[in-house]
Amino acid sequence: MKYYRSHVLVCVDPECLAKGAHELLDALQDELVYQGLIDEVQVLETSRIGGCAYGPEIMVYPEGTHYANIQVDQVPYLVEEHFMKGRVVDSLLAEEVKPTDEELGPPKPKEVRVVLRNCGQIDPENIEDYIAEDGYQALGKVLTEMSPDDTINEVLESGLRGRGGAGFPAGRKWQFCRKAAGSPKYLICNADEGDPGAFMNRRVLEGDPHSVIEGMIIAAYAIGASHGYIYCRAEYPVAIRTLSIAIDQARNLGLLGDNILGSDFSFDLEVRMGAGAFVCGEETALMASIEGKRGEPRPRPPFPAVAGLWGKPTNINNVETYANIPQIILKGAEWFAGMGTEKSKGTKTFAIAGDVNNTGLIEVPLGITLREVVYDIGDGIRDNKEFKAVQTGGPMGGCLPADYLDMPVDYESLTAAGSIMGSGGMIIMDEDTCMVDIARFFMEFTQDESCGKCTPCRVGTRRILEILERICDGQGKDGDIETLEMLCKEIKSTSLCGLGQGAPNPVESTLKHFRHEYEAHIYEKRCPSKVCRGLIHFRILEDACTGCMVCARNCPVDAISGERRQLHTIDPDICIRCGICDQVCNFNAVEVY
Amino acid sequence: MVIKLRQESEIKTVVEAAVASHGITEEALIPILTEVNNKLGFLPEQAMAEISRSLRLPQSHLYSTASFYRMLSTKPRGKHVIKFCESAPCHVMGGRKLWEALHKELGLNPGETSADGQWTVLTTSCPGICGVGPVLMVDDEVYGNVTPERLSEILAQYQEGGK
Repeated sequence: MKYYRSHVLVCVDPECLAKGAHELLDALQDELVYQGLIDEVQVLETSRIGGCAYGPEIMVYPEGTHYANIQVDQVPYLVEEHFMKGRVVDSLLAEEVKPTDEELGPPKPKEVRVVLRNCGQIDPENIEDYIAEDGYQALGKVLTEMSPDDTINEVLESGLRGRGGAGFPAGRKWQFCRKAAGSPKYLICNADEGDPGAFMNRRVLEGDPHSVIEGMIIAAYAIGASHGYIYCRAEYPVAIRTLSIAIDQARNLGLLGDNILGSDFSFDLEVRMGAGAFVCGEETALMASIEGKRGEPRPRPPFPAVAGLWGKPTNINNVETYANIPQIILKGAEWFAGMGTEKSKGTKTFAIAGDVNNTGLIEVPLGITLREVVYDIGDGIRDNKEFKAVQTGGPMGGCLPADYLDMPVDYESLTAAGSIMGSGGMIIMDEDTCMVDIARFFMEFTQDESCGKCTPCRVGTRRILEILERICDGQGKDGDIETLEMLCKEIKSTSLCGLGQGAPNPVESTLKHFRHEYEAHIYEKRCPSKVCRGLIHFRILEDACTGCMVCARNCPVDAISGERRQLHTIDPDICIRCGICDQVCNFNAVEVY
Repeated sequence: MVIKLRQESEIKTVVEAAVASHGITEEALIPILTEVNNKLGFLPEQAMAEISRSLRLPQSHLYSTASFYRMLSTKPRGKHVIKFCESAPCHVMGGRKLWEALHKELGLNPGETSADGQWTVLTTSCPGICGVGPVLMVDDEVYGNVTPERLSEILAQYQEGGK
């Protein structure tokens, strides 16, 4: 094996490629050859270093130096200084910038990266990188030292709960499947991460696909499955590609297929693409989709562990659940159980989105408080505005106001508060958000994605949506709040699957915590946050208007009249409240009330 | 409507390739529909008939499945397909204003195709790049941090036949 004294990782993500990453890589190679260093310094491609606005960029190890915005003509100087003279080139060092997009930078304070440990550190299209990070060691240990029951016990003791949202203990699910009668048995990975605002699974699939594959092989061994599917949503084309490459590479090394690592355990995997249906993230709908049918859920029992794909015992787990497995096997159940709270062990990835300064992915031990997430990790609300609410768990999660900021983030606490862990999306909203509009917005989504099979969801969500639309439009009436509460209760208790059971959560939680906003909309015909079109009005302030006529020229419906250098006025009957006048006015003369 | 209609032979070739690649079991249906949809831009009647024959599945089953999934279409689509993310994070980060700008620019509601066959506007489920919202996709290109001001600039690239 060749030993190099230094490694240079060149980021070849789309943003960096667009800025000349390949040219940079070639220039580096050429210069190293020219200087006779090519046997000492290895140049490699990698993904997701983190400073995407400043590409192309490289990381030099073992020092861990991060250079960015390097031009090809700077390469000879860089090579001479850094690799020959051992001096860091300050002028090319990457600035420590706050990531403004979703890329993973270095771990933020309070983060503990288990599932995300390799993302951005290894080339996901090279299995050897993964192996170098103890990859497939867990599989080796399991196949040579542990029985299927030992494996299940280890997972049970770790306390790992399913990371897809329901939080059912993974070890127990595996136990049910192992005990179930029937053959062949199937293993499925739910990579249909449909929650808007959630992209944790995508990162893991794109950045460290082998962690998922290894976890799946171990699970298959534990339950006795012979064939597996990774059902990945079609909206993730990069993940699908990375997975396919990873599976091929694993197969080539005998880690998938017949007689894995020389044992008598055989298992193979394939990737199955979704086709744009949110409900296919629900396990029974997902299985229907694999079978070639409409993605409609079915009643349970029987549970998939007993009768799943084509009626055979099937274990379905989320991407993140599987990604935790190799580490649990290698480091032990006790290590995993040492993180988190009593009933919610381990770490969880979250996708922070919305009105915070630092949006993006994080991984933290369960039990961290919402305040720590929003302020310590998220770095507070953008533009120094006030925090209003956080919605956790995706479109079926509840909205929690500031009173809950000191609540620990774990399965029990979130459920008790009227929300859910879900897949881990967190949408943070500031003082300018209208909570009725938000409830309407989420209901629009769930209504659209409802598969239509059961009446409570199909009809119930539509009725709720109609009422919310009326309220946001200024047509709310007395009794609407009570009707909404009744509908929420009924739909939650009678829907066939998690989509219907969870769809009322945003409405219910906003009714509970922000009832005054609903009342203002209905009884005062006023939207306190000045968001709902039907309830806001625009007028021009006499003191500020200079009569420049810019607003009148830009108004799409000619609702503004006025002479040059005279006060302009907006005709409320024509005005459609688009807000363009406010945007174009240079004198802050437009008031929304 | 000026949509380029495919030749019969072309449709047949695409369907045959998809079936050869994925098989003839019911399980293969969605992969086949997806491949044909992606290559032809939508699922023409002739393609559905051919797939039905190859898999020995009733056309009603095919239509029932195809109509369930958002990414499959039995109606022709425009030359350029705009997918607009309507999900919460993009919405919260200025998505609504962007949607209005898009509607103003093209006059299309979701699912509609322009009369000249140039554009189809669709809403898409969350593509998972919420850090750069609001997000817009035109064909396979993804645009992040899109403002109403940038919108015309983005659309203009496609109109001049530049892409």
